[in-house]
Amino acid sequence: MTSPARSAHHPGRSSGPLPSAKVRKRYWITLGILGALAVLFAFGLLAWDNPMPVGSTGFWVIAKLRASNILTMVVVAACQSIATVAFQTVTNNRIITPSIMGFEALYRVVQTGAVFFLGVAGITFFTGVSQFILQVAIMVGLSVALYGWLLSGKLGNIQIMLLVGIIIGTGLGSISTFMQRLLTPSEFDVLTARLFGSMANADMSYMPVAIPLVVIAGGYLVLASKKMNILALGKETTINLGINHRREVMKTLFFVSILMAVTTALVGPLTFLGFLVATLAYQLADTYDHRYIYPMSFLIGFVVLAGAYFIMKNLFYAQGVVGIIIEAVGGITFLIFILRKGRL
Amino acid sequence: MTSTTAPVRTKSKVFTGKLALGILGVLLLLALSLFTGVYDIFGKDDGAQMFTITRIPRTIALVLAGAAMAMSGLVMQLLTQNRFVEPTTTGTTEWAGLGLLTMLVLFPSASLLAKMGVSIIFAFIGTMVFFLFLQRVSLKASLTVPIVGIMLGSVIGAFSTFFALSTDKLQSLGIWMAGSFTSVIRGQYEVLWIVALVAVAIYIVADRFTVAGLGEEIATNVGLNYRRVMLLGTALIAIATGVVTVVIGNLPFLGLIVPNIVSLIRGDDLRSNLPWVCLLGVAITTVCDLIGRTIIMPFEVPVSLILGVLGAIVFIFLLLRQRKVG
Repeated sequence: MTSPARSAHHPGRSSGPLPSAKVRKRYWITLGILGALAVLFAFGLLAWDNPMPVGSTGFWVIAKLRASNILTMVVVAACQSIATVAFQTVTNNRIITPSIMGFEALYRVVQTGAVFFLGVAGITFFTGVSQFILQVAIMVGLSVALYGWLLSGKLGNIQIMLLVGIIIGTGLGSISTFMQRLLTPSEFDVLTARLFGSMANADMSYMPVAIPLVVIAGGYLVLASKKMNILALGKETTINLGINHRREVMKTLFFVSILMAVTTALVGPLTFLGFLVATLAYQLADTYDHRYIYPMSFLIGFVVLAGAYFIMKNLFYAQGVVGIIIEAVGGITFLIFILRKGRL
Repeated sequence: MTSTTAPVRTKSKVFTGKLALGILGVLLLLALSLFTGVYDIFGKDDGAQMFTITRIPRTIALVLAGAAMAMSGLVMQLLTQNRFVEPTTTGTTEWAGLGLLTMLVLFPSASLLAKMGVSIIFAFIGTMVFFLFLQRVSLKASLTVPIVGIMLGSVIGAFSTFFALSTDKLQSLGIWMAGSFTSVIRGQYEVLWIVALVAVAIYIVADRFTVAGLGEEIATNVGLNYRRVMLLGTALIAIATGVVTVVIGNLPFLGLIVPNIVSLIRGDDLRSNLPWVCLLGVAITTVCDLIGRTIIMPFEVPVSLILGVLGAIVFIFLLLRQRKVG
């Protein structure tokens, strides 16, 4: 481990991450507003529509049930936001999300295969802590094998690694589609519930495994913020500054794959949430410094998830489609972003 | 991106002895396709009838769809100057699927032709969006293009999924979209002949596409109306993709593998390559269909599954080769 280069950052200097007092003020105010919104939505989800009077025993029983949902949102927001920001940095590409790297395709194949071979009981077969660990292990193992193979040697090339990941995902997708054709409609309905990201998919018994993994992987990526700032400058600059570029990229991708595997195995695929969150974070924070981007993107992630659930639940009574709504919004953001941006 | 192969001076003679051999090989494959199946067409009394109702249409559909998707890929790769572009990696197929879904939901009783028309319009819009984006964005690396295209495709796919889910059409959409020649029978596939017209049109305009492939500046310099050629190319691609998507379904990677293999072997002269691209497209589709028909007889595996898996493998191979070339 080389120690990261000391960045000479003095507040007030015009070349720092938040160059002027105005930008600084705006950043902290935005962060404050997001924090307030997060607390508000979290409390709203806990207490709104709670039939018991606030403070009574019954109130707390119901609140406890709902708290598990909020915990899931915190975990998912942390996974998606940190993983996407780090992934975009090491790939030097602001328009991709780690979830297109085949994680979701793998999840879909496993879930579809379970129903296909074992019928409706297959879904229950694939729940449980050991199965959860197994799924995460498969995803991480395969992605590490992929990175190791494609980034090693003189020919290591991140673009090719990305494409190969996506293509493998497409191939796996064909297999899932084929199995889905042969399911009975009732089996298909059971499967559909698992194939869309939904907080309801999360099982609290996974949390003792999921939270430590997220803390370790997310913690490393956040603590390596300064190194990430250098990696964002591109391969040549990184090597010039005396950092082992390939090793850092491999390490980052390894932790990203842990985060992505955890969130996918926990709640199912959410393709565009990460993209939405990272893009908004860069827009709102107006800085390149990961120390400021990470907290912003995490809060945005939580506010988007909790807000969407709160609104859909209490205004439209349609909790089931929240995941898809978030996907659609993220997708539209992606299209607008692509057409407005002048270069990649 | 320009081609990575060294410029090969190809003779513009289209019909050569080799091509005749190629045609012969494909004809043999097609004959094999005609006589493969569960139904005994020689032993049963109505064998001849069955032969004309299912076997002949199926084989014709294989020819048309395979050639169409391969040529669409070729034209797309020329117009975008990128080796990794084809209807699957630009979202064109997903747009066509969204068009189909719109019709399934709004006018379920509409005729096949109407469904196709809407699919074609959607595919056209989608391809235009992608080309517009390519014109606005200066891409640093040629490999970014397919990544963006696939991301675009998954956005559209997410919308389709959402609509399909809320109208309870998800499974049927999946079945519509999975490319398969199983349901091709007489009276249901004739629309595919439109694709033959597209093929003729591409052949006539071939040289212009080749010039357009040199980039806007050069093409305009030698007196080509670049925009008109682009529009024409997009329209032809959209028609081919739309028709094939509605009648057959999604044939992943076909348009990517075939032109790449042909240009690896023969270089980049569109006019003399076209027949080869058609032949190879037909050959690959037929072989995949034969595998699908015989692997779990008497049942079938859809072509899209075999193409998806085989195509993924070939695509990765091409990428790794690209890595060595740089």
